[in-house]
Amino acid sequence: MSARDEIFAGLRRSLHVTGEEAPRRAAVADRLARAPSGVIPARGKGGVATFKDEAARASATLTQVASPAEIPGEIARYLREHNLPATLRIGADPRLASLPWAETALELGHGPSDGHDLNAASVAFAAIAETGTLALASGADNPTTLNFLPDNHIVVLFNADVVGDMESVFSRLRATYGKSQAPRTLNFITGPSRSADIEQTLLFGAHGPRRLHIVLVG
Amino acid sequence: MSVALTTPRFKDNVHEALHDARLQRAMNTAGNFVPRRAAAIERLPEFEALRDSARDIKNHTLAHLDLYLEAYEQRVTQAGGKVHYARDSEEARAIFLDLCKARGAKRVTKGKSMISEEIGLNHALEAAGIEAIETDLGEYIIQLRNEGPSHIIAPAIHVTRDDIEADFRKAHLHLPRDRDLSQPETLLSEAREILRQKFLSADIGVTGANFLIAETGASVIVTNEGNGDLTQILPKVHVVIASLEKITPTLDDVAQLLRVLARSATGQDMSVYTTLSTGPRRAGDPDGPEEYHVILLDNGRSSMLAGEFSDMLRCIRCGACMNHCPVYQAVGGHAYGWVYPGPMGAVLTPSLIGVKDGGQLPNASTFCGRCESVCPMKIPLPKMMRHWREREFERHLEPTPVRYGLGLWAFFATRPALYRFATNVATRAMALIGGGRGRFAWAPLAGGWTRYRDLPAPQGGTFQARWRAKSGAVN
Amino acid sequence: MSQGSPPGAGLRVGLFVTCLVDLMRPSVGFAAVKLLEDAGCKVVVPAQTCCGQPAYNSGDRADAKAIARQTMRAFAGCDYIVAPSGSCGGMLAKHYPELFADEPDASREAVAFAAKCREIVSFLTDTLGVERVKARYEGVATYHDSCSGLRELGIRAQPRKLLESVDGLRLVELEDSDVCCGFGGTFAVKYGELSGAIVAKKTDRIAATGADTLLAGDLGCLMNMAGKLSREGRQIRVRHVIEVLAGMTDDPPIGEGAAK
Repeated sequence: MSARDEIFAGLRRSLHVTGEEAPRRAAVADRLARAPSGVIPARGKGGVATFKDEAARASATLTQVASPAEIPGEIARYLREHNLPATLRIGADPRLASLPWAETALELGHGPSDGHDLNAASVAFAAIAETGTLALASGADNPTTLNFLPDNHIVVLFNADVVGDMESVFSRLRATYGKSQAPRTLNFITGPSRSADIEQTLLFGAHGPRRLHIVLVG
Repeated sequence: MSVALTTPRFKDNVHEALHDARLQRAMNTAGNFVPRRAAAIERLPEFEALRDSARDIKNHTLAHLDLYLEAYEQRVTQAGGKVHYARDSEEARAIFLDLCKARGAKRVTKGKSMISEEIGLNHALEAAGIEAIETDLGEYIIQLRNEGPSHIIAPAIHVTRDDIEADFRKAHLHLPRDRDLSQPETLLSEAREILRQKFLSADIGVTGANFLIAETGASVIVTNEGNGDLTQILPKVHVVIASLEKITPTLDDVAQLLRVLARSATGQDMSVYTTLSTGPRRAGDPDGPEEYHVILLDNGRSSMLAGEFSDMLRCIRCGACMNHCPVYQAVGGHAYGWVYPGPMGAVLTPSLIGVKDGGQLPNASTFCGRCESVCPMKIPLPKMMRHWREREFERHLEPTPVRYGLGLWAFFATRPALYRFATNVATRAMALIGGGRGRFAWAPLAGGWTRYRDLPAPQGGTFQARWRAKSGAVN
Repeated sequence: MSQGSPPGAGLRVGLFVTCLVDLMRPSVGFAAVKLLEDAGCKVVVPAQTCCGQPAYNSGDRADAKAIARQTMRAFAGCDYIVAPSGSCGGMLAKHYPELFADEPDASREAVAFAAKCREIVSFLTDTLGVERVKARYEGVATYHDSCSGLRELGIRAQPRKLLESVDGLRLVELEDSDVCCGFGGTFAVKYGELSGAIVAKKTDRIAATGADTLLAGDLGCLMNMAGKLSREGRQIRVRHVIEVLAGMTDDPPIGEGAAK
């Protein structure tokens, strides 16, 4: 008997089932199809204002700009303010590609990171007000390596993409990619990388970005 | 590191831990989790309702585990991944080693995984000549020290900053000897630099999973450092090693469980990184692994599903039980002698290594119940420890003096008249001997007590005798 | 409670004195009787031994059941069964039903019995609505929340509320008052060293309050803490909370001799 068969047989022996019982199969199929929501905290109803508060609690910084055209300028300002070089790696997201980068002194790199970039920018798929969390989806538009390898991660977030809770992100995900067809990687990011493994001292920039800056558009 | 089993020597371990000044100093700084958790929960009025929701989700999942497992496997396969099944630790190690050998892997980076500790993966890799690098800072530190984790989410909680500096100086010999490592920040940057090179040059990345989602076939990891993500996106091969009970039906169910996980663990609303990975990189993806494997470990869990320890399979490994446990806080995690410490370990360890070797752990509890009161999954930990004691009692595994003492006590307790007579005589005698000072510094059969504290003396005579004398025995 | 008749009038209350109080500190039993009688209850003390918790917690289910059956029989005919202990009270009120979960008839009986069982402070406040006591105690006291009372029976505010009404007493909070003192019944003997280390943390906290008196609702925990305090040479009086609430503090504190 293969390990697989033996494990399934063991599970069914413990549960006193054969695996063929129609009501059990129906219960499982139903839950997978409907994905019922559970308890959703009211906090997420606070929308963008709550998102800003919660992101700040998680030690992310945030600047709001009125229109996409202001994004390059804001990123350049942020890097200057932190004495960082005017370099920036981005993916192929058309919402970034079409921006007036030439109006800044920023030197752009494109595509995934090889671990030697100081700064990168991505566009968020969505954001969660309840916890100040950004959701980023993998792909050529926004390579996953940009979220982790650079020291400074700048995330562009469009106002309309702020939702109340994680469940709403999943609804959007199903609507965008189709049921059960999520992108390879979905990153929920709440603040910059940190560790408390040395005597419980909170330190930023453990392996991922030391800084997380959000540019909220709109 | 895989951990040498010292659970049967628990009492000796306790003695050593209590006399280890460095450990006691480290444990004194380990108390921050409790107020942080309390503050996070204070801020979320729905927390209690979420605990119920989380418990119900897991109970439903466990009752249908075979079917959700089928659905999960199907989704992983559709996404281009492969699911491997391992009945026990040996099988899991063999599957992983085969994957390494077939790809000529020389270097494996590892995200934090308790299952990898459970199966002793690092030793197996070492023996096969493959370099295994723990990338969670705490795990990296204890790997340098050749130790196992002492806490399931803060593996190096027993180590002081001074220890870490000494470990880094010993291990990182290529760096200048006069470098400044006096601050936690400098220690962290050194580890970051060294591990960054390892991440970029690893052949295989192995992570655990907090959840495996049946709806999509995704594995979920939750970290604060980002090490798990660098482990799983940079190498050509990503291998997930997880136990069966990590299966969770839907994305929405995971959202419920995540709300109680980080709050219970570190007092964060969310950990910094929660990542869902589904299969290998897709056409057009500029990064991500080319292969995606999941090794699903049983190791006795399918049997646990029947019977009185099945509630334990709800555990999401947050560590709240140990953070709130007076025993754990006194002795730290290594005293438990194997992979899983604290109350969850006291219940799980006998299931995994047998009650003969693990039986001391469920006995070493005051039943204070604080673990159950903070468990996000409402696992009745004291009740299950009591179940282990019942099994030991039935099998006569209790040491003779304990059985004898208890038997003698039960003999009197089930005979009220004899009890009244004997206790009245005995308490009068004891009061006569110890009443002057009001306490004993030593008493027969109570050495375990009087070695560490005085035994207050009885006032003399029993309440029942005095009451009857006073009231003329009317009732 | 402004009406003429006291809140417990007409109630027949069985005092489950607990074996530790029975053997070690009868004065706690008399304090319980006084508080119950002051509230108007008719107190009865059926012949009894122990609640069975030592057997239950040691895995000896058979003896635990035998003792539980005997206890339930002994207290038949009482409106309430009241114990000066959260631990024994929890055993009667929460664990008896669990103990007989596999026997339908006995289970029904245990559930009905459990519904009548109370810890004394919670009985006085939650069941009878007592809001103050007539007592005087000169001192600064701190209060330890014994585990079973706190977590199984929800006793936390009640003793503090009644203590506030004691003349002369000032209550100061104990840091980590909800953390176990390390007693744990047979644990204290079986794992004496571990238990000793846990209670040492507790006595440090107690000393840090500056209180001259330590109160709690369970004699086992009190004996543990008193034994450690006296071993450490700390001059802190240790009493069961109901001795103070009943104004019956003539007997020496726990662990102190009559000579003092």
